[in-house]
Amino acid sequence: MHVSIQQLNKSFGPVRANQDITIAFAAGQIHGVLGENGAGKSTLMKLLSGVYKPDSGQIFINGTAVTLGTPRLAVQIGIGMVGQDPLDVPVFNVLENIACGLQMPNDAEVRQQIIHWSTTLGFPLHPDQRMRDLTVGQRQQVEIVRLLIAGSDVLILDEPTTGITAAQVDALFAALRTIVATGKTVLFVTHKLDEIVALCDTVTVLRAGQIVGTQLAMPISKETMLTAMFGEFATHAQVPAKPIPTADPRWQLSDTMLHDATFVLGPLNLSLPKGMIIGLAGLEGSGQRLFMQHLAGIARPDRGQIHFDGVPITRANPTAAWLPADRLHEGIIGAMSLREHVLLLRDSLLAPQQTAHEKAAQLIADYAIKATPDMPLQQLSGGNQQRAMLALIPESAQGILLEHPTRGLDAVSAMAIWQRLQVRRDNGATVLFFSADLSEVMQYSDAVLVFFGGHVSRLLAHDTLSEEALAALIGGVGFAEVSA
Amino acid sequence: MKTQFVALRTPVIAMGVALAVTAVLLLLAGADVLAAFGVLLGGALTTPSRISDMLMLLAPLLLCAVGLTASFAAGQYNLGIEGQMTVGGVAAMWWLRGYQDGSPVILYWIGAVLCGMLMGAVWAMLVALLKRYMHVSEIFAGLGFNFVALGLALYLVFGPWKRPGVASMSGTEPLADALWLPTLTGTRLTLITPILAIVMLAIVWRLIRHTHWGLQVRACGLSALASVRMGVPATRRTFEAMALCGACAGMAGALQIIGVYHSLVPNVASGIGLMGLLVALLVRADVRWVALVAFFFAIITSGSIQLPLALSIDSSISGVLQGLIVLAIIVARARRGEDAA
Repeated sequence: MHVSIQQLNKSFGPVRANQDITIAFAAGQIHGVLGENGAGKSTLMKLLSGVYKPDSGQIFINGTAVTLGTPRLAVQIGIGMVGQDPLDVPVFNVLENIACGLQMPNDAEVRQQIIHWSTTLGFPLHPDQRMRDLTVGQRQQVEIVRLLIAGSDVLILDEPTTGITAAQVDALFAALRTIVATGKTVLFVTHKLDEIVALCDTVTVLRAGQIVGTQLAMPISKETMLTAMFGEFATHAQVPAKPIPTADPRWQLSDTMLHDATFVLGPLNLSLPKGMIIGLAGLEGSGQRLFMQHLAGIARPDRGQIHFDGVPITRANPTAAWLPADRLHEGIIGAMSLREHVLLLRDSLLAPQQTAHEKAAQLIADYAIKATPDMPLQQLSGGNQQRAMLALIPESAQGILLEHPTRGLDAVSAMAIWQRLQVRRDNGATVLFFSADLSEVMQYSDAVLVFFGGHVSRLLAHDTLSEEALAALIGGVGFAEVSA
Repeated sequence: MKTQFVALRTPVIAMGVALAVTAVLLLLAGADVLAAFGVLLGGALTTPSRISDMLMLLAPLLLCAVGLTASFAAGQYNLGIEGQMTVGGVAAMWWLRGYQDGSPVILYWIGAVLCGMLMGAVWAMLVALLKRYMHVSEIFAGLGFNFVALGLALYLVFGPWKRPGVASMSGTEPLADALWLPTLTGTRLTLITPILAIVMLAIVWRLIRHTHWGLQVRACGLSALASVRMGVPATRRTFEAMALCGACAGMAGALQIIGVYHSLVPNVASGIGLMGLLVALLVRADVRWVALVAFFFAIITSGSIQLPLALSIDSSISGVLQGLIVLAIIVARARRGEDAA
């Protein structure tokens, strides 16, 4: 089945998640869709699978314009999507889980189909297994079999290798090749370059909601793909890079192992100096968030210790401020005003004799926030929420950790945020940030830490790095030489 | 100003819808709708004894609802309120059983109320503990502890504290007359309970709306993640808010024992805690409206008692109306994209 898209647009409020997407996916091939998180991949796939409706533009199946109103309709037309987290009913067995959404007369037929597809694709599935006893990889296999039985000609897989074993990745890749050999089409969404190289026939790169260039036939070099993902590296006026002092560090990690449900990072031995802006470079999901949460004291390391100004971190510490990307969920309390936030943080924000209202008004003036002291922060624009979050960092904070500090902000707001952070740096604070925009990392960092494959590089001074070298390190090329 | 207007408009419309649906139900039942609403809304206010009966319901209802605004503010759905009320009654009874003729009565009253508050708080903290450390939803933990509390009361009534001779569902041996809270002449109403309810309303209002502690509690309820990030001691505040709610419920239970039942009955809570939940669902963490809504619920519940005699309508219509109001408001909030509660 041949799928093509003409001039597709989708916005969420002011964010243009997909802009003028025009592309065609030929039948019988595996098409890679590559981009950083937030590039618009998931939005595009949800438009194709009927989860979202486009604002404008059209989708053609075999040359005929179609309207994919709901996922159910999309499946009937022949497009099925395997989500990042497989959605199924844990107490059902494989047969029940597959049969419940199908319009098939009897279970015997479904059972036979399950056995047929499992055998063809080499999946070790049995119709009577309980879903809750299966691994994430097996549940994904059930999902693929379900969509094939439902008659899908186009399979969309969104980051399918997250959380499954290496053997299951191999099985998945083999199965996908078998599927396209029957004339079906596979769209494979990922931010991992190795998978594109290993599996795909073509690759389409998305950046900031738009397709970069055109669909490219594989093989393509990793460097070319990285350039497409992160953009041509603009040459910036050289920031006078500071020498990297190692004595008296702000953060000190000694033989530290960090982990969460899906990721292990370390062992880490690092000294992060005072008065420096440090960019965390790496593909998204390489452990940067985990790293920051530990430096902020929100999570505990498995092994080893993290010292902040010479003291072991034991709990969340207002002098090491963490600013998450998900502002309204983790960062601020949307229903509360700036004045109420000042009150919550009064111990570190309020001067003696100063009222919260005065302080909030002062922060609004200092940080040019478009708000009143009593306006709930959820009514502010993203840029103003970010300024508010920044304004709420106490002057005493010596460590500032930012996730995507300028995501969703216009250029003027972004510049204003960076000016503030540079002032903090000049006053001695250590600023750590990560950004999907590699040119932002290059422009504002005094030094860079590269995250790759569960490891972190040593601290690399800005002036020792070219953009090309950094892009290569992010893709793992030459990483071993700089690994700490 | 605009948001305040919208905040008021929704409950008014929802109330109208609920009244209209109730009217249709009454019509279908062949009742005189106007007369029925007259009794429902005014019946509780016609005679002094009816007013006093209404206040006897309102006082413990207000105590429970006030407590629940504190737990709601912390984002906790404290369905264990009935159990907390019950153990409050049990603890009060335990203290009162030490009374001997001639002891200073006031000590026993104060002690009973304090014991009730303490035990209610402990009962609520058990729920919070299960939630924090065992990841049991406070809704199910609370419901479970309600049954445990009821079981405890039943065990005491039929076991160790049973009446000499024959144990009875009607309760333990009545308290000594001296321990009964004084009532207004000609009624069963004691003024102490409504006064304490209003005092607790003032305290909780002040705590939640006008203290740093209350700000932190509300922050936890609105976004636990963001509160932790900003250094709010979220676990502690959640426990404290739950304990405050349990203390209010326990106080209500204790006062029911010394002011109304004058013995330990198995069903100390008698649905008042659940009605308090309906009130709290309506006002959420906004303490300002608690007294008004509780008053309204008490009026229609008390008024409905006259319906069978006056109009041959079953009194359960008051429950239907209350349920419809809560439902209508929750639907209205959901349509506006707010959290249901």
